[in-house]
Amino acid sequence: MLLNQFLVLGAALFAFGVYGLLVRRNVVLILLSVELMLNAVNINLIAFESYLVSAQAVGQVFAIFVITVAAAEVGIGLAIVLMIFRNRKSANVDDLSLMRW
Amino acid sequence: MTFSDWIAEPVNWVFAAIGLAVLFSGFRVVTSKNVVHAALYLVGALAGTAGLFLLMSAEFVAWVLVLVYIGAVIVLFLFGIMITRAPTGLDESLSSDQTAMPALLSAAVFVVMTWASIDAFGTELLATVGEATSTQVIGESLLGRFVIPFEVVSFVLLAALIGGITIARRDLTPVEEEERMSV
Amino acid sequence: MVGMRALVIAAEEGGHGAVEAGTGGFWADTAGIMLVLPFVAFLLILAFGKRLKYKGGELAVGALAINLLWATVLFVLNMTGGVLDQTTFEIARIGSDLVFELGWVVDGLSIMMYFLVNFVGLLVFIYALGYMEGDVRVDWFFAAFSLFAGAMLVLVGAPNLIQMIIGWEGVGLASYFLIGFYWEDLDNVRAGNKAFMTNKVADVGLILGTILVGVAIGSFDFSELSIAAAEHAEALGAVAVAGGLLLFFGAMGKSAQFPLHIWLPDAMAGPTPVSALMHAATMVTAGIYLMARVFPLFQNLAQDTRGLMVVIGAITLFAIGLLALVADDIKKVLAYSTVSQLGYMMTAVAAGGYTAGLFHLFTHAFFKALLFLGAGAVIHAVHSNNMSDMGGLRKEMPTTYWTFVVGSLALAGIIPLAGFWSKDEILATLGHEGYTAVMWIAIAGAFVTAFYMARAVALTFHGTYKGEGHPHEAPRVMTAPLVGLAIPSIFVGILNIPGVDWPGIGNFTEWLGVRVVPMGDYHPEGIDWSLAAIGLVAAGAGLALGWLIFSRDRATQKARDRFEVPALYPLLRQKYFIDHAALGVVGATTGPIARFIDWTNTYIIDGIINLVGGVVKALGEFVYGTIDQRAVDGVFNGLSAVTDGAGSAVRRLQTGRVQQYAAGFVAGALILVVVFVLIV
Repeated sequence: MLLNQFLVLGAALFAFGVYGLLVRRNVVLILLSVELMLNAVNINLIAFESYLVSAQAVGQVFAIFVITVAAAEVGIGLAIVLMIFRNRKSANVDDLSLMRW
Repeated sequence: MTFSDWIAEPVNWVFAAIGLAVLFSGFRVVTSKNVVHAALYLVGALAGTAGLFLLMSAEFVAWVLVLVYIGAVIVLFLFGIMITRAPTGLDESLSSDQTAMPALLSAAVFVVMTWASIDAFGTELLATVGEATSTQVIGESLLGRFVIPFEVVSFVLLAALIGGITIARRDLTPVEEEERMSV
Repeated sequence: MVGMRALVIAAEEGGHGAVEAGTGGFWADTAGIMLVLPFVAFLLILAFGKRLKYKGGELAVGALAINLLWATVLFVLNMTGGVLDQTTFEIARIGSDLVFELGWVVDGLSIMMYFLVNFVGLLVFIYALGYMEGDVRVDWFFAAFSLFAGAMLVLVGAPNLIQMIIGWEGVGLASYFLIGFYWEDLDNVRAGNKAFMTNKVADVGLILGTILVGVAIGSFDFSELSIAAAEHAEALGAVAVAGGLLLFFGAMGKSAQFPLHIWLPDAMAGPTPVSALMHAATMVTAGIYLMARVFPLFQNLAQDTRGLMVVIGAITLFAIGLLALVADDIKKVLAYSTVSQLGYMMTAVAAGGYTAGLFHLFTHAFFKALLFLGAGAVIHAVHSNNMSDMGGLRKEMPTTYWTFVVGSLALAGIIPLAGFWSKDEILATLGHEGYTAVMWIAIAGAFVTAFYMARAVALTFHGTYKGEGHPHEAPRVMTAPLVGLAIPSIFVGILNIPGVDWPGIGNFTEWLGVRVVPMGDYHPEGIDWSLAAIGLVAAGAGLALGWLIFSRDRATQKARDRFEVPALYPLLRQKYFIDHAALGVVGATTGPIARFIDWTNTYIIDGIINLVGGVVKALGEFVYGTIDQRAVDGVFNGLSAVTDGAGSAVRRLQTGRVQQYAAGFVAGALILVVVFVLIV
């Protein structure tokens, strides 16, 4: 198997994630897109691990770290969404423009 | 390496099948007009990714992905969707109307990343794949060389846990606060 | 410790006279405890504050009390022999030679600030025990307050620019918490945001300056920076100019220099003790402190570069002082006054008066904290910030009244109170360094200062009471700190009478001069009595005029509260045979100018630009006539090409749509990737 077949697949998933991040209005869906991007990163990490093969499986360990941090991110992210929803009755980013000029 | 060489290897058939499924699911995650479907497509994309990990002999990570993501994170997402009362049926307003610029940008992201990786790695092959990385290796690595990051990450999780509770908790009204204190 | 002694020797070998100093022994080695204790208090209050009797206030007070012990001992040691010491721990190494260290530095400058922050902080904390009693979220208040003091101490103790940035941002964060403390009201949240963002703008200068200077010198350490700046000024050249200006820009934000002062009056939204601490010892002094820390860098800059800083300070001290003439909110009067006094300090330091500027910082801390706490006591009694709701309080609140008067006189610069000596030294320094015009502006500023303080005292404590209910004197826990601050407000000035050496302890100039390299700034040999007399006459005239206008004719006082100029002029002409022309000028220009500025307060920058341009009337009418957002923006955009281009371009990007920001982020990252792939 080529290294690049995984890298390109990862790039495609990442690009989808970027698209979703920019296009979606519902905050929950934006978080989903972020997960997609993190997943693309994981694919790269694992692919490089099996390309370079380290004694201590560094790439896989980092993928685990990414998964853990992503879980934390989802927890906090959804809590924030919940908070916003409670205060503004909407989970729509277009309504969150308090910080503008 | 030509395409026919590539396709001659059976493992690449598996890759092609899984890869297409992942791509399709990923595409639907960001375009689906139904919130719940989007979350479920993410399950598909993640499951496919886990399959790819298995192909690359990263067994442990593959199952972690399944357990943590599909088992826990997606459920959390579904909760989030339910609680924020996002319309669970079809909803045209889930995405903004201006899709040209984001599409262009993400296409650019894809092109640049693909170009960079092809430029750098060309037709390099993965090291012989066969033996799965044993969980023992990962465990020793996690609690050996990476023990400090490991502890830090666990602290981050703890902080996220507490933070999540604090943020999502509704502030008590003064009356409720008094009731709570008096109990 | 060892490193510092080596540095002292290096300075000696470099041909500069060595600074005579001990190492402070135990007290200096353990001085780091002062940087840690407030954070311990912060955590403890967060954890247990709700269950304690004073909601954690006792922990905050206790931490600062222990701190004050250390600070006082160090202060005394420094008085008697000088203390010069530095303790650092290496945290990380960048490349082979850049080291990131945390620790604390003990020298004349930092000891002065340790003492100031802990002394004023302790009294303000004690006061807050009474002031905040029964308020909402008291535990959170004391936690954030401890964080505020702790971050300031980290900043003060910083042995290098990196730790200073850490403390700097910590102060900004804590101030954000405290300014927006009553976040139920959206205005307060906005005030907090405004303060935070204005400071952030300036922080960019600090960070860029740090990088520039640090990389050029090869170290972020202040002592090495001082030595390099003092001994290799030629070699540093352009780096020193650019780095100096960037650091100055950083200092402008925290120290509220024009035109970045806009956050400070709004910062009054927080509880009064916060204002007191913020305006006296923490936060706003940070910029001056930074300037003093890297003073050797500024000292060797060209006259015209420093001239720019002096002019900014001069604009700040005069134009913003005028605003205090018309504010009705007593805290805003004091806030504008702080900005104006910071202008004095900045002007002095930029002009080369290291001691003069810092001595004013030192004295100002005492009487400004005193004034704020006094104002807080009044607000506590009257339940209003507006002076039009006060009046006649001197009988009900005698302690507050007398201490407030002491603070006002000290601020006005009346001999022999603290403010006189420090202001006089600034005037002398400005004159000596050749900034004669600025010196006269500073004297005019002294007049304005005296004027608005007389007005504040008259409107608040004299005349008839115009508010609701029956005000009472504040409880003992609040009046005791007032007295505790009034005493130093009277006496600290004599620590630095030019040419006077107190037996055994020397004087403030010597204490402050205990640095790795001698500062070599100007110290007046003796008192220049003619200059002192001019300053005193200006202050006295201001006091008298303010008093005459605002304390008489009680029936119509309410109408006059807002400084009605038409009424002022005839009144003065009929009743007092003072120089008609002079008063006419004062009455006819000061009033309208000040009112005009106040009126366009929201668009403050335009107002002041107009004032400075000397075309007050023409531009004023134009602005009056077409004063909508667009016209104001137009004038503002004309201000300077840089501000204009950058400002309006950047502003249009602030659509508030997160996803556009994200798109920009992605595009930027993409460009970086392309650049890296192409280059590497």
